[in-house]
Amino acid sequence: MNKIFEVPLYAYERSPDQDAATPVRHKVIVIGAGPVGLAAAIDLAQQDVEVVVLDDDDKVSFGSRAICFSQRTLDIADRLGCGQNLLEKGVRWDRGKVFFDDRQIYEFNLQPDEGFANPAFINLQQYYLENVLMNRLRALQAEGAPVQIHGRNKVEAIGTHDDHVRLEVETPEGPYTVEADWLIACDGAKSPTRRMLGIDFDGRVFEDNFLIADVIMEADFPSERWFWFDPPFNRGQSALLHKQPDNVWRIDLQLGWDIDKESEKRPENVIPRLKEMLGEDVEFQLEWVSIYTFQCRRMESFRRGRAIFAGDSAHQVSPFGARGANSGLQDIDNLCWKLKLVLDGDAPESLLDSYDFERIQGADENIRKSGRSTDFITPKSDMSRVLRDAVLDLSEHYEFARPMVNSGRLSEPCTYDGSSLNSADALDGPAQTRPGSTCPDVPLGDDFLLPKLAGQFTLLTIDADAPGMLQEDETEVRRLALSVKDDMTLALKRRYLGDAPSAVYLIRPDQHVAARRGTYEENAFRHAIRRASGKE
Amino acid sequence: MADLILTPNIEKADDFYAELLAAHDHMAKVDSDALNARLVLVLANHIGDNAVLAQAIDAARLKTT
Repeated sequence: MNKIFEVPLYAYERSPDQDAATPVRHKVIVIGAGPVGLAAAIDLAQQDVEVVVLDDDDKVSFGSRAICFSQRTLDIADRLGCGQNLLEKGVRWDRGKVFFDDRQIYEFNLQPDEGFANPAFINLQQYYLENVLMNRLRALQAEGAPVQIHGRNKVEAIGTHDDHVRLEVETPEGPYTVEADWLIACDGAKSPTRRMLGIDFDGRVFEDNFLIADVIMEADFPSERWFWFDPPFNRGQSALLHKQPDNVWRIDLQLGWDIDKESEKRPENVIPRLKEMLGEDVEFQLEWVSIYTFQCRRMESFRRGRAIFAGDSAHQVSPFGARGANSGLQDIDNLCWKLKLVLDGDAPESLLDSYDFERIQGADENIRKSGRSTDFITPKSDMSRVLRDAVLDLSEHYEFARPMVNSGRLSEPCTYDGSSLNSADALDGPAQTRPGSTCPDVPLGDDFLLPKLAGQFTLLTIDADAPGMLQEDETEVRRLALSVKDDMTLALKRRYLGDAPSAVYLIRPDQHVAARRGTYEENAFRHAIRRASGKE
Repeated sequence: MADLILTPNIEKADDFYAELLAAHDHMAKVDSDALNARLVLVLANHIGDNAVLAQAIDAARLKTT
């Protein structure tokens, strides 16, 4: 077994908070040191917001768990200062194959268009992601950033007040009390925070079980996503094969509803299944096996006063499409710049209502898309199976049917259409960069666009005039002046101009478009900055 | 927006109907169901227009508008 599971990453140490005569009040406390909680801590610390992470454990997560990280997650990790570390370790992929019964019916490329710094996806065990984030957090601490992490600190009770929260925390050396202006609960699908605050979490339970196995093998399968509908080795069900670093392969086998979970998990039952799938002559070692049943649900609101929920604690989806951890990181990306503005008094607290609106929109989209995948993968009636099989059979022969094949619509960032932070679209430009959307990357010679847009409001001008800096109240907006000539591949023109001769974009700190017009007009953009900061 | 055509539109309706029946000749029910399903999908793609397809689904349900 891999050593990474055994070494405490953030071992318990007594903190001054435990000896304070009156409870210490922090700016932000994050509960949970999984990928979402660690990302929150890094994002806030980078913006000089004082933050403390509490976790009841002291190690990385056990087993590979979340393994597929999307281009958007890598873009966010770049902004958090550790994207490169993920790329170095992760397995890049953008191709997949779909099998039906005993044959391959087609293959696909997720990213036919070029000109992005990051690949469409990497596969990486969740423990490596957590390790990379933890290293980044330690590096920030070494630079003097205001971030702490306390292992084996279990929150036992939460008191909510108008302007703070009060936590009772249990440690190996006894309990203590601590306070924070804001609480971010990143404590997972079974969120104790949600339970302690007595908040409902209703949704749709899917009546199915999946066996997930990590096997170590020297196999020459390519770095692709292979998905089987109704294969001979798992009749009537589905299967998925994915490559991870260190010759670890993730295998997902759908088991159906009426099974004995404990028995299915035993190596003597798992190994014959895998042999049937991989071939008798393939040598492999079983590293980790788990069985899960998933649910699709979300909280009605991701915020209860000063307590904010992010990641699986706020929403859960089926695993098809890698929408769990990826959407959790998008939550953090959306939340932290807003919290910074509110804490600094540069935006009203109501700006956080837009976190609720925008990320609920993201969660609903994820639930809808992964629910549709589930309906395709597991037909619920005889006729839905007939139609599903018809799509699969046709897709082997005709291209037209392939877009209907749904083995998981892979995670894409949500476009916040209808958000109160958007200004009306005033450019006859491409739909993919309309207000609310994430900025697509563009190559700029040896460099890329997205790193130039990170962490602050930016006025992106393309063949248009504007002042170098625009200040509205306390918000400073810096101009980034580009020309279509800066990108020989014409991706800048294709993605940001379309047929328009010029454009000016107001881009939020999370790289979402807030407003766009053909030319710079001071009043319009001042108004747009105010809107994007929740002031109108 | 185009409307779904619900007036006679196939030049040789009898010929089409005979071809459709012939395609199902001597087929087990399960294979016939699969053929029909594939045919629906092929025709739907040819139509392409989501609004027309929605009207077609309604028409097939024998909904009166």
